[in-house]
Amino acid sequence: MPLQKSVLFAEHQALGAKLVPFAGWEMPLHYGSQVQEHHAVRRDAGLFDVSHMRAIDVSGAAAEDFLRRLLANDVARLQEDGAALYSCMLREDGGVLDDLLVYRRAAREYRLVVNAGTAQEDFAWIMRQCAQQSVAIDMRTDLVILALQGPQAREKFWCALPELRAATGPLRRFYMTQTGGMMVARTGYTGEDGFEILLPAVGATALWRALLAAGFAPCGLGARDTLRLEAGMNLYGQDMDASVTPLESGLAWTVDRAAPRDFIGRAALAVRPVTQQLLGVLLRDPGVMRAHQPLRGAAGTGELTSGGFAPTLNRSIALARVPVAARPGDAVQIGVRGRWLAAVLVKLPFVRSGSPLPALAEFL
Amino acid sequence: MSTPEHLKYTASHEWVRRESDGTASIGITDHAQQQLGDVVFIDNPAPGRKLKQGEECGVIESVKAAADIYAPIAGEIVAANTELSDAPEKVNQDPYAAWMFRIKPDNPADIDALLDAVAYQKIADAEKS
Repeated sequence: MPLQKSVLFAEHQALGAKLVPFAGWEMPLHYGSQVQEHHAVRRDAGLFDVSHMRAIDVSGAAAEDFLRRLLANDVARLQEDGAALYSCMLREDGGVLDDLLVYRRAAREYRLVVNAGTAQEDFAWIMRQCAQQSVAIDMRTDLVILALQGPQAREKFWCALPELRAATGPLRRFYMTQTGGMMVARTGYTGEDGFEILLPAVGATALWRALLAAGFAPCGLGARDTLRLEAGMNLYGQDMDASVTPLESGLAWTVDRAAPRDFIGRAALAVRPVTQQLLGVLLRDPGVMRAHQPLRGAAGTGELTSGGFAPTLNRSIALARVPVAARPGDAVQIGVRGRWLAAVLVKLPFVRSGSPLPALAEFL
Repeated sequence: MSTPEHLKYTASHEWVRRESDGTASIGITDHAQQQLGDVVFIDNPAPGRKLKQGEECGVIESVKAAADIYAPIAGEIVAANTELSDAPEKVNQDPYAAWMFRIKPDNPADIDALLDAVAYQKIADAEKS
């Protein structure tokens, strides 16, 4: 199957992006230096084209009831229009089908934003689950999605579009508004402040150019990956998939069991034993950890699910699935290219709002 | 992409420069650094180590992947560029200045037998297409 191209593909080419296949799309990996793009987001403002992600609109009289059954987090927590919630979507056996953001657009209108690689299966799953209910499901293939991230991202957005300052200035974190033909959400996947914007293709190129002119650095998927790893955020398909539950993936906080609500996977989560957890790993020896390398420590063995070089820490970090008995602070060893290197387990995240977490100081 | 004519090359993307003291400096090519992306860590062989031609002797890690470095010629390591430990990005900035290690060749004529710039350029072009 030919790779899908973003509406902004020609813009990426013109900027000299290195374009790579990703989840069926041909998307920018970087525009020259992945590390510089990473720093731009931590220190200033970066602009990502993430149009490979998919919006799925769910609306109708039964939309809330349906989503309260479909998702492990409880959309009843979205008490106002514009509020957003992070959730996993589970199979009956508690395995994670996908992780997503759900936005309440109006009382009976919600928008899910799901991962590129799982979008088609998600859509099929959602259609199957809603068969008997009065909800409309609309997979939006007409939207461009941009992420504007970094301490200066909001200011620079308002420089480019001063007329939107009044509507988007008061947005609290994890809220969105629909203004000027766009959905502007104060959300992200980098650990920095900023916006994510969904808009129709027709205005996308003009907006992209206006944002670059306002001083955003174009950033690719490479920087997006190191930023989310530093921020301790899971990447679906790598740190979790249908073989594990959110309780084993550092996402117990997203499973809302307060209400007597029958969400898909709830019964399985109640009985399925939790033997593993996801923790951070900070390498103390020189080297670079990578996904799938083995881990060993006093609490037993584990495996890295993501690993790489963290530009903010100038050190290699990883996420690891380890036994539940393992604790932050445990000394562990990582099998890196035939050698066992010294590392330490740490709580997530590693970095928030531009700075390493204070607890990491003794190891850096 | 640049491939200086005065250097010799390997199909595994190392460059080799003959120094006036008879040693040979080794680094990775411009093509290799472009393919790797930002270099973040270099593990060089220790001085004194004796290498066979083609032996795995170092690792270069980028944001994307790890790449093995192979000895282009047989000989003994006489120096490793410690400057790269603190500034691995120099490999991206100026790949032909950022030498990784120096070898005292067992047989200096081995250098002449390596690829010239034209032959290496063909290999690099074939990989890109």
